[in-house]
Amino acid sequence: MSALAAAAPETRFAAGLHALRANRAAMLSLLIVAGFAVLALLAPWIAPHDPTEGDLLRRLQPPAWMEGGEAAYPLGCDALGRDILSRLIHGTRVSMSIGVAVVLAATAIGALLGLLAGYLRGGFDVAISRVVDVLLGFPYLIFAIGLMAVMGPGLANIVLVLVIKEWVMPCRVVRAETLAAREMDYVEAARALGETTAHILFREILPNILSTLLVVATFRMAAIIIIEASLSFLGLGVQPPAASWGSMIADGRQFMLDAWWVSTLPGLAILALVLAINIASQGMRDAFDPGLRA
Amino acid sequence: MTDIASPPLLRLVGVAKRYDLRRGLRRLLQPAEGNTVHALDGVDLEIARGETLGVIGESGCGKTTLGRVALRLQEPSAGRVEFDGIDIGSLDARRLRALRKRMQIVFQDPYASLNPRRSVGQIVGRGLALHGGATTSAERHARVAALLERVGLPRAAMARFPHQFSGGQRQRVAIARALAAGPDFLVCDEPVSALDVSIQAQILALLGELKRDFGLTYLFISHDLSVVAHVSDRVAVMYLGRVVETGPSRRILSAPAHPYTRALLAAVPRLDARDAPPRQRLTGDLPSPLRPPPGCRFHTRCPEAREICRRVSPAPIQLAQGHAVACHLYSGAAP
Repeated sequence: MSALAAAAPETRFAAGLHALRANRAAMLSLLIVAGFAVLALLAPWIAPHDPTEGDLLRRLQPPAWMEGGEAAYPLGCDALGRDILSRLIHGTRVSMSIGVAVVLAATAIGALLGLLAGYLRGGFDVAISRVVDVLLGFPYLIFAIGLMAVMGPGLANIVLVLVIKEWVMPCRVVRAETLAAREMDYVEAARALGETTAHILFREILPNILSTLLVVATFRMAAIIIIEASLSFLGLGVQPPAASWGSMIADGRQFMLDAWWVSTLPGLAILALVLAINIASQGMRDAFDPGLRA
Repeated sequence: MTDIASPPLLRLVGVAKRYDLRRGLRRLLQPAEGNTVHALDGVDLEIARGETLGVIGESGCGKTTLGRVALRLQEPSAGRVEFDGIDIGSLDARRLRALRKRMQIVFQDPYASLNPRRSVGQIVGRGLALHGGATTSAERHARVAALLERVGLPRAAMARFPHQFSGGQRQRVAIARALAAGPDFLVCDEPVSALDVSIQAQILALLGELKRDFGLTYLFISHDLSVVAHVSDRVAVMYLGRVVETGPSRRILSAPAHPYTRALLAAVPRLDARDAPPRQRLTGDLPSPLRPPPGCRFHTRCPEAREICRRVSPAPIQLAQGHAVACHLYSGAAP
């Protein structure tokens, strides 16, 4: 068995990790995402000021490097004299926790329904696919605005509304991959051994879909962060005085000409996080998706 | 080897498998004719315990479907499959799962039949976990190692993943997986077709040894006549979903009765042209299983086709002990 000894001792996953590490843009982006995650986790300890407490004497105070700025308030203050840096840090917490919560829940639900629809086919598949088609037909924001208006604002409701719409994304991908995987001989072999449907779905098929699922989840997380910001911008998301990037942009838009920093800085935060997530997931797709690799 | 007296291990009675290509509403709007694939049509076969039945035919003739239906991996559209006297079509899911211990399958493509995300130890260990009664993981570990060594792989293979093996080694893993359940019947669906010729002989030799050691019965599917002749006690020749001739392999090789079998044999390349039987070249392609020809399905390509062949489907005729052919040439009904 000389070929056995010669074979590279790494799994496909390890090869993917290796490829990912070689991708500098993706690694830098991952670092940025990790930085935001640390900010989100440690927000109360990192933020220099209370994000909700305003000092009206510092109303629209410019950032530290501009005339009239102050080192204690490095990014300036908003219309109520609240520290923008502290609000950005706390806003990271809102954006990331909503992004993670929605993506986790939607992926779990979507993957399960996609596996079942793709493997069982028949009536269940038809029913699920029609629901998916209908949900896809709604524009995201219209759907979310409508439901949020009915259910009322609040963190839990945002997550719930977004999950109701978002599960279709992983579901479609998993269903398509399952349709392909169920025709593989190893699934037939598992059936011939008398494996249960649960074993075939979760032990035979799911591990082969996992890397695709990971890529979809990260891509969608970027989209969810933008949608949450949009909802908060429209006043349907996180309610004042709590800080959210979207609502911060909304707060500052009437002072855009006099105090550009109030709106622009949260906008840059969204740009940085979403761009970093997208580049990182692009790198992960290149590394893990065997369809794109030689 | 063929002991006529003992009851067969596997028996197929009038088995048919049709695939309706129409989906949903089209079933109401389109006719079934021309939209149904006739993969198997009225197949009767018996496999005696300890026997190797070779099934041969061109690609698309239904051999693979036959193997799947025999294990009830696919439901037959009509007919009955009996395993050791049990009608496996009547079993509920739980009983069928228990019976799967006794019947296993080895697939053609060892690159598709092993899950790339599961280690060889996990792949081979499942049969033991499900059917082998190996309860402790230490016991399972030892038995997987023994099985791997039995099929000619080092025990260290256990911790490795399929992509670290060559095609022949993968096929050994697939054979070990099938053996782990402890079967007495094995469907070998073109088990060597995807392998290099030098590896083919090794795998065939391994299958022969295992058959002896474990007292296995094989349904051996292949399109390669020389492989089938080498391993089989009896041969069934299939054409477009029907069995056209069955008989002991030696007899099929030396005295083929059906014009299709003769054409298959004549197509085998020979080194010495003087040995060659007169060439009976097949003309035309296999007709579409969507619209199988009426009467004898072979009449469109048969050099001996007559008027009756176009109208009447020939019934199998016993030519000798265990040798049957479905052809009007032998029915005496020909004009």
